[in-house]
Amino acid sequence: MPKIATREAYGEALAELGEEIKDIVVLDADLSKSTKTSVFAKKFPERFFNMGIAEQNLMGTAAGLATCGKIPFASTFAIFATGRAFEQIRNSICYPNLNVKIAATHAGITVGEDGATHQSIEDIALMRALPNMTVINPADATETKKAVRAAAQMKGPVYLRLGRHPVETIFGEGYEFKPGKGVILREGRDVAIIATGVMVAEALKAAEILEKDGINAMVVNIHTIKPIDEEVILKAAECGAIVTAEEHSIIGGLGSAVAEVLSEKKPVPIKRIGIKDVFGMSGKPEELMKAYGLAAEDIAEAARTLIISKP
Amino acid sequence: MPVSKEKLEELTKAARRVRRHIIEMTAEAGSGHPGGSLSCADILVALYFHEMKIDPKNPNWPDRDRFVLSKGHAAPTLYAVLAEKGYFPKEELKTLRKINSILQGHPDMKKTPGVDMTTGSLGQGLSAANGMALAGKLDGKSYRVYVLLGDGELEEGQVWEAAMAAAHYKLDNLTAFVDHNGLQIDGPINQVMSPEIIQDKFRAFGWHVIDVDGHDFEDILQAIEEAKSTKGRPTVIVARTVKGKGVPYMENQVDWHGKAPSREQAEEALKALEG
Repeated sequence: MPKIATREAYGEALAELGEEIKDIVVLDADLSKSTKTSVFAKKFPERFFNMGIAEQNLMGTAAGLATCGKIPFASTFAIFATGRAFEQIRNSICYPNLNVKIAATHAGITVGEDGATHQSIEDIALMRALPNMTVINPADATETKKAVRAAAQMKGPVYLRLGRHPVETIFGEGYEFKPGKGVILREGRDVAIIATGVMVAEALKAAEILEKDGINAMVVNIHTIKPIDEEVILKAAECGAIVTAEEHSIIGGLGSAVAEVLSEKKPVPIKRIGIKDVFGMSGKPEELMKAYGLAAEDIAEAARTLIISKP
Repeated sequence: MPVSKEKLEELTKAARRVRRHIIEMTAEAGSGHPGGSLSCADILVALYFHEMKIDPKNPNWPDRDRFVLSKGHAAPTLYAVLAEKGYFPKEELKTLRKINSILQGHPDMKKTPGVDMTTGSLGQGLSAANGMALAGKLDGKSYRVYVLLGDGELEEGQVWEAAMAAAHYKLDNLTAFVDHNGLQIDGPINQVMSPEIIQDKFRAFGWHVIDVDGHDFEDILQAIEEAKSTKGRPTVIVARTVKGKGVPYMENQVDWHGKAPSREQAEEALKALEG
């Protein structure tokens, strides 16, 4: 399967949907070539608004458009969308529950060479804390396309977390995407790996590594971090040990969300793979994944350690 | 078009009723922002009682004119005007800031009929108004969008992001008011963080600028007419106002920014607002 960045899939999906859903309007903050909203802009120039390098106004304008029945997709890099304009998202979008889709690209450390200032590792935590917000982190190009469509079709604010770097395509065209529903990609009984976004591919690789060690790992894709699929997490917990994997801080993201469910409903040993409360740095995406302990081998190692502590 | 004497009288009376509501509401609530609510009362009355194309029976009418109270702490003024126009019963005004009320401390479009945008966190209203104006242009609709900003609020950077965008997108269907009462919580705006010269700043950002006496209906209505006939750029009406206007002991007193009058003080204020 070819490697495609989720931002590329977003750009294509948006341009396709624009044909079908005339209420879709797109706003960007001078990064349309990078976020790929430029594809939509070229096709529907009258429905594309470049807001310049002004993210607070970007979100506020999207909110205003939504009050008039438009379906705005507001795009920029994840760090600026969720960090710079956090309070605008909170007060002008989520509190009035307006139909704004925040599709943020360049999330996580796989931004690569640009370094820590541009590597968003807190965005899931920030967006997940907001009432009314749906948080979706697609794993590949196929899932992204389906998620963009689902976001456009659902009412209310959605945060779509997208990446810069090309990732393996995991899902075929027939893949069914249901917002809020986790997907068991591989059955297993010794340990469950619950992953999101680009870490889903790593989780699948980790399961193969573990297989060689005679460990049978379940792999669950959580594309919708909020609302989270408690049912699938509790099913995974039947393995008796859970490893979570995300390209995000271990504070406040998928690992936290899963731990919240488990600690209240079915406590089992858990290990969180993610960025361990530090900032990123410049480097090639693959180098960074290794340097920050996000590679398949890191997941496998966490699983091995965890299995020993199983009750 | 000159405004008739009868119309001016009607507006003056409405403004007096609105000011009385503001005093009664904040006194009953025991908190709120009477100073900045009183300073912008005439602007809101001019808009809702004369200018705006609205239907209180159908608050979400798609073709209505929109109003965004960017200085959301003046919510009592908006609520009083909406109640007077019949969006909801006047009895509701007594519930301001109380638990489960439709009248929140700051405007909430999901709870209050007639509120077009949720506001309260300063600096965000103009952006939302821009979005409404862009949608109007996109849909070929003739509705107009009005937004009211405080002068202290102009210290927020987002206001200028939005000011830049409104001119860039030639939003001539948008009119902003600045309630220029010269005071903010910590003191006179020029001592806290001067946003002056307000007119020059908006002009530099590509806006058409009009100065008015914010308590003179003829002046306000004439400025709105001028804004409507200004094409290719947005208009800002900088309204010179008096914080606490109409209540002598509140006028130009910074202490009355965010403090409710006691029962006795309210009685005194209501006496001053008789007529």
